[in-house]
Amino acid sequence: MTRAFALHLGVLRAVLRRMFASRLAGFLNILAIGIALSLPAGMYLLLQNAQGLVAQFSGTPQISLFLEMNAKAEDVDRLHKQLAQHPAVAGVEFVTRAQALEQLKQSTGLSDLIGGLQQNPLPDAFVVHPKPGDAQALDMLRGELAKLPRISEAQLDSAWAYKLEALLRFGRMGVLILASLLSLALIAVTFNTIRLQILTQRDEIEVAKLIGATDGFIRRPFLYFGAAQGLLGGIMAWLIVTASLLLLNGQLGALAQLYASRFVLHPLSLGDSLSLLLFSVYLGWLGAWLSVARHLSQIEPR
Amino acid sequence: MISFKQVHKRYPGGYEALKGVSFDVAEGEMLFLTGHSGAGKSTLLKLIAAIERPNSGSVLVNNQNVGVLKGGALPYLRRNIGIIFQDHKLLFDRSVFDNVLLPLQICGFDHRESGKRVRAALDKVGLLKREKSNPIALSGGEQQRLCIARAIVNRPAILLADEPTGNLDTDYAREIMAIFNSFHQVGATLLISTHDESVLQDGGVRRLTLKEGVLQ
Ligand SMILES: Nc1ncnc2c1ncn2[C@@H]1O[C@H](COP(=O)(O)OP(=O)(O)O)[C@@H](O)[C@H]1O
Ligand SMILES: [Mg+2]
Repeated sequence: MTRAFALHLGVLRAVLRRMFASRLAGFLNILAIGIALSLPAGMYLLLQNAQGLVAQFSGTPQISLFLEMNAKAEDVDRLHKQLAQHPAVAGVEFVTRAQALEQLKQSTGLSDLIGGLQQNPLPDAFVVHPKPGDAQALDMLRGELAKLPRISEAQLDSAWAYKLEALLRFGRMGVLILASLLSLALIAVTFNTIRLQILTQRDEIEVAKLIGATDGFIRRPFLYFGAAQGLLGGIMAWLIVTASLLLLNGQLGALAQLYASRFVLHPLSLGDSLSLLLFSVYLGWLGAWLSVARHLSQIEPR
Repeated sequence: MISFKQVHKRYPGGYEALKGVSFDVAEGEMLFLTGHSGAGKSTLLKLIAAIERPNSGSVLVNNQNVGVLKGGALPYLRRNIGIIFQDHKLLFDRSVFDNVLLPLQICGFDHRESGKRVRAALDKVGLLKREKSNPIALSGGEQQRLCIARAIVNRPAILLADEPTGNLDTDYAREIMAIFNSFHQVGATLLISTHDESVLQDGGVRRLTLKEGVLQ
């Protein structure tokens, strides 16, 4: 067991020595792989953050119904009953124009300005909590409520969240396509690197076969090389994504001050980071395996 | 140990290199294979290590028909056979030491044990002082001896040497024959090919002679 382990370690050491022997070429390969992987990984990270925003802000959707300014108390009572009995409505609150103004003062910090107004510009309103449903059902409910008498306007508060979510689905598909294409590129890069290595080590492979090397023995260093190159490429991608994130967060800090909000991009989670590295190791190994399967059999000693 | 029965070998292109060759080699025997250049000596040796396959007839090594051996079994046959190639097949991207180390790495020897064996083999051929050199810096005779060290480091039961004294002067040739003799004395089976009759003075050694692919 330990002996087998020592042997594998020996192969790995030889592989790394070979990788660092051609320092610039090896580094360029790793950089190319890192950039290729950092694109989908970075896009994925942005989507994750946007997803977090949606979850944070959307909560449960509400429909705000604004009454006409001249609506009377009996209109309000009738509408209140009607809404409470509506099958798609889970709950309803009445917000008087005075309450609305008070809320506005508190939430915006514009109390001085609002206090200076001659009269309250806000209408009375109902806040309707719909029963859970998809975006389409909510939009239909909004349309229906908007047609009720004495209602001037109906707003679906979380409409933007639904739209963003649809957009995110679109984005995720984009990431998937990009990741697939760039994975193929990574496999191709490794395939070619290994092909060149096999060509330059043709003599060694031939001699090894002649003195009793198994296919596994000959294959092993190339597979390790592919996997190690994939791992280093993955680490490079992680560094690129994380460094870009730090730069963006620096800019976001300035933006956040202007908008008086706190918003930062979260880095790749531990799980996502590990997935990235495992995936790049796997792709490197696969590229090497394909190359070895294709090219080693062509070398038959004579 | 080695047994040829009616072996024919035809190369792609139609040239018949061996025609109905039959012979037996006993375990521990030393044997010379002579014949003019192109007689089929290299071909015969390659058939033993299954580097080439016969078109008909059978080649038995240790009672195993190596002519029909599956690819996966080849490495284990070859680990039991040390070969000194006519064209050396040394690797110039590594030291003398590492060239001799390769067969042991292939068999999975551990580090310390293989270091000892490599030095013992290099000592036997008188190259211990050159272990760090690149083989390209060695003379023809030294390269030949390096080949021998690589072939014997694994202590194979069979040693095949293809024109090991090829283009060496007689002093060198005699040295190399002495190394083979010592290997013979410890019980290995040896098959040594040569087109140079002058190295065969020592009597008592059986000789096979090929002429245009036919055993005389
Ligand atoms: N791979 C090959 N393809 C075609 N012909 C070959 C090949 N190898 C050897 N031959 C031919 O077979 C004959 C015997 O070659 P070889 O066994 O190398 O002879 P020797 O070693 O006795 O000089 C020669 O005529 C040679 O040209
Ligand atoms: Mg020959």
